[in-house]
Formats: sequence, C-alpha cells, structure tokens
Amino acid sequence: MSEHVLSGPTTRALPQGRGGFIRRWVRNPWRRPTILATVTWGYIVWSLLPLVIAIAVSFNASRSSSSVHLFSLQWWWTDPSDSLLHDPELHSAVIQSLKLSLSTMVIAVPMGVAFALGIDRWRGRVATGANFVMLLSFVMPEIILGLALFFVFSFLLKFVPLGTPAQILGLVTFQLSYPVIIVRARLLSIGKDYEEAAMDLGATPRQSIRAVLLPMLYPAIFASAAIVFADTIDDFVTVRYLSGPSTSEPLSVKIYSFARSQPTPAINAAATFMLGSTIVVGVVAYLLYRAFTKGQRAGTGLGDLANQF
Amino acid sequence: MSAPSEAEPARRRRRSGGAAEEGVLYPRWFWPSFTFPATLWLAILFILPLYTVISIAFGTVDQIFRSPLPVYEPWWWSGEQFGKVLDDSFGIYRHVYIHTFEYVVIASALCLVLAYTVAYYVARYGGRRKALLLSLLIAPFFISYLMRMLAWINLLDTDGYINKILTFLHVVPQPIDWLSGRPSTVIMGLIYGYIPYMVLPLYAFLDRIDANLLEAGRDLGAGPARTFFRVTLPLSRPGILAALVIVSLPMFGDYYTNNLLSQSPRTTMLGNLIDEAYGSTGQGPRAAVFVIILMTLLLIPMFYYLRSTARSLETR
Repeated sequence: MSEHVLSGPTTRALPQGRGGFIRRWVRNPWRRPTILATVTWGYIVWSLLPLVIAIAVSFNASRSSSSVHLFSLQWWWTDPSDSLLHDPELHSAVIQSLKLSLSTMVIAVPMGVAFALGIDRWRGRVATGANFVMLLSFVMPEIILGLALFFVFSFLLKFVPLGTPAQILGLVTFQLSYPVIIVRARLLSIGKDYEEAAMDLGATPRQSIRAVLLPMLYPAIFASAAIVFADTIDDFVTVRYLSGPSTSEPLSVKIYSFARSQPTPAINAAATFMLGSTIVVGVVAYLLYRAFTKGQRAGTGLGDLANQF
Repeated sequence: MSAPSEAEPARRRRRSGGAAEEGVLYPRWFWPSFTFPATLWLAILFILPLYTVISIAFGTVDQIFRSPLPVYEPWWWSGEQFGKVLDDSFGIYRHVYIHTFEYVVIASALCLVLAYTVAYYVARYGGRRKALLLSLLIAPFFISYLMRMLAWINLLDTDGYINKILTFLHVVPQPIDWLSGRPSTVIMGLIYGYIPYMVLPLYAFLDRIDANLLEAGRDLGAGPARTFFRVTLPLSRPGILAALVIVSLPMFGDYYTNNLLSQSPRTTMLGNLIDEAYGSTGQGPRAAVFVIILMTLLLIPMFYYLRSTARSLETR
C-alpha cells in the first residue's frame, strides 16, 4: 500500500535542491524514518527489558538483585522456608488469588454479557441512565471505588464481612464494565441481520439468541473472561481495602506489601507466577476462541484487540 | 461484514433500526430483563457506596471511639469535616496538590510524546513488521502493574543494575539512592506504568487516518514536517485528548507508584493522602472528604471521556 510507496527502496531517489547534506536529508520525503524507528525500538527495549531481568532474578541463586549466579529454583520451591511453594503465607495467597479471580470471572462475565445484550436493544431514558452508570464505573479511579466499597461494607451493608465475600462483590463491581464494553463493540459489528434471519426462518427470540447470536459472541466473551481473570489476579487496590484477616490477602496484596519491606527473589517468583497464570488463561481463551469460531473468523484478532480500547 | 443483501439494504435497515418495531420481534420486557441483574448490582454496589462516602464526609464523628458516624439524610448534613479538610488543603496539604498536578502533567505530557512517536511509527511505517511490533506493544499491557514496578525496584536498588552500570562507568562516585523520595523516579514510574494504555488507543486512532490524505498533502507541495503538522496532527486531536484522559485519570488516583518507588513524604500525592487516612483510625471522614475532592477534580475529564466514547460508538 502507500507505506510501501513512501518508504520503498525503489523510490528513495536522491533529493534535488540546494543545501547541505543534513538539510537535504531532513527534507527528503522518502528517507527512512530512522529517528522514529530508533525511538520505537528504544521504547520496546525500555518497556520489556526490566521485566525480563525481574523474571531472571527469580531464578537466580542469590539474594541480590544484580549479582548473577547459577540458575536455581530455590525461590520457587527448593528452599524449604522462603520459596513460593513453602512459605505458608505466599502459598495460601496463591490459592486466595485463584479463588477470587475465578469467582469474579464466573459472576461478572455472564452478568456483563447479559447487560450488553439488553442495553444494545433497549432504548429509552432508563437504559441511557443505566449505561451511563456502567461507563462511569469503568472510568472511576480504583482508589475511589475501593474506598467507597470499604465504607459501604463497614457501615451500611454490615452483613457482608470484610474478607473473601466483600472482595468478590467489590471485584465484580469493578470488572463488570469490561465484558459490557467488549461485547457491545462486537454486537455493533455483527448487526441485527443474522438474528432477524433466524426469526424469519421460524426461530423464537430465545432460540435465535442461543443458536445464532451467542455463538457469534463467543470471541468477545472469551476475550472478556480472560481480561477479567487477568485483571483480577493483578488487582491489589480494591482487594486490599476489602481484605479482612491476613489470610484473605491474595498474592498481589502480599507482593505489594513485601516489595519494599522484604524484597526477596521469592517475591519476583510470585510476580512471575502471576504473569504465568495470566498467560495460561490468555492461551486457553485463545484456543477456545479458535475452537468455537471455526469458519467465521475474519482477521487475526490482534488488530481487533487494539481496536477494543 | 454483516452487510445485508444488496437488493434492498435501505428497507431492511429501516426495519431493524426503529425502536417501535422491536416490540414486534420481542416482547416489551424481553431486553430490559437482560440488564436487570447488572443494573441492580451497580445500584447497590456502586451508587450506594458513593452515597455512603458522601454521608460520611458530611456526617459526624463519634466523640468516644473517634469512628465516623454517617448521616444519610441530606437535611442533617454538616460541613464541619469538609471545612476542616478544605482548610488543610489550602494550608499544610497545599504542596500535595501542587505535587500531584506537577507529576501528572509532566508524566502525561512525556507519555504523549513517547507514545505518539511509537504509535505513529508503527501505524505508518510498520510494514511487514506490524504484527510483531503490535504484539511487543501489547505485551506490557498484560503484565501486572505490580510486576512492572517490582522490575524497577530491582533495577534502581542501591545494588541494582542501574547503579552498577553508573558506578562502573564512573558517572557517579557512589550508588545513588533512587528509591527514597525522588520526584524523577516517581514520574518515571508513572510513565512506565501507564504508557501502554496510551500507545494502543493512539495506534488504533492513527491507523484509521487515511493515507491518501497525507499523500494529497505531499502532492500539494508540503514537506514531511508540514504534512505532519498540518494534516496528521490536527486529524489525531480527538485521539490525543482521549489518550491523555485515559492515562491521567488513574494517575490522579495513584498512590502505589509512590509507595513502591519513593516511600517518602516529600513526594506525597493526593492518592497517598487518601490511602494514609484509610489506614489510620479516626481518619475515616477525612478519607471520605478526600475521595469527594478527588472525584470533583476528575469530573470534567471523566465526562469528557464518556461523551467522546459514546460518540465514537454512535458513529462507528
């Protein structure tokens, strides 16, 4: 396409006109975008290299974060007291993390998908208001929502104990808008024709949704489930405000409180573990997406993903 | 992709567009019932909590236990707590507000310059490498904020790699203590933490700009710089504004970057005040008032963002 014309080697003719070399280089519309390329690759290195180092530290047989020793799994499970597997606090935190993420996903995704479907077709003042509140919960900074939920559970809704129940309720509130936004974007691109065709052919409203619309929504549903899971496992703001006893603190909160006070490579191992589980969920979602959308896929999905935001 | 059959597109669209006809296809209660659970959830766990915050901020304090006593009836509200905090805001906390604005403005501006450059390069010159570049840009998006901050704690530690390199090259005689109260570290942390949220929307926006417009500019005799400043930049203004709001909203509510990379009262931000008030007894009303102040400050950017997303959904 045009990018090719603009930067292609054949058209990179020498610029005509007067002026020194630098001036001509700057003015040449067909020169390679060297500066832009340098900045971009520099940015990529800057954004990813620290993470690679942090992951490497968790496999390092030393307490220091910079002296390089042998590869070791001491911070993962070999060390009998300080490793991720054997430190009782970290161990139970892993389980709490998974528990919170799974429950949040199971509650938030169906509710969000249903809301997206309903709000997409229901017009009127009430619908506009509900949609507005939903979007507001999406842009509200987390500290505001987290603290507001903490207050409501400690004063008004006292029957919900701080700890796992409050954390799940709070996380669902915070995550509800992701499936709504992603599924609505997908609904817009699907349009109503398929559903109407199904009903013209004699399907009832319920059948047309279950047999026609829902399968087309699977990619968006899996994507939002993966995002909700990943975002919940990383969450440490809402969860920390709503945690009760220290056994209800998930891994993210432990990492947050240990990162500066006791920074051992086991913390890096914990963070790497979180990253790993995020990747696993992402891959599972992708495989499910592929399995469910055989024959109706249009693109790679990568560009779609960027367009969701 | 969902184009109706070529024969009668106009009629079919009209049929599916009207709100009145939807009752023909579905019972009237059908779609509203889908939204009911989530709406109820938000009413109880989003609207009600926000109202509780207001009730605490305008409520009173138990004289003995120093715990907040929320007042739920607006006609009994007292402005006492609010007045106290406002006084402090113009007094001892003034520098906190100034810091917060400084850090957020500098960090968002630098984010914008860097993210725009990267997004522009990938959108215009990505070429065959576009998929690779995009996945490298998306990668940090899926890595938790904590992990990314932890990485910098490791690097900036007094015996971390940055200090190792600096002392090895004799740039500095002794390792620098980056992690205790340096505004530059906090700003760097904010940029590092939030820039992925900016690169992607900017990329998506710039990618949609029609390359023919740029070529037209060139054909009419404008140089590369002029084409950029007269065509690309004006066209990308809505995208820039939306991206700025996306990163600055969470930055204003941020307290953890500061707690992880500085831990010093010298770099306290508004979010830290809220977090500290939450952690200490008897400060509940204070935390509530700060939350309301923060929310009021962010109201305009939030509404701007909501309006612009609503519009883009309509026109898509």
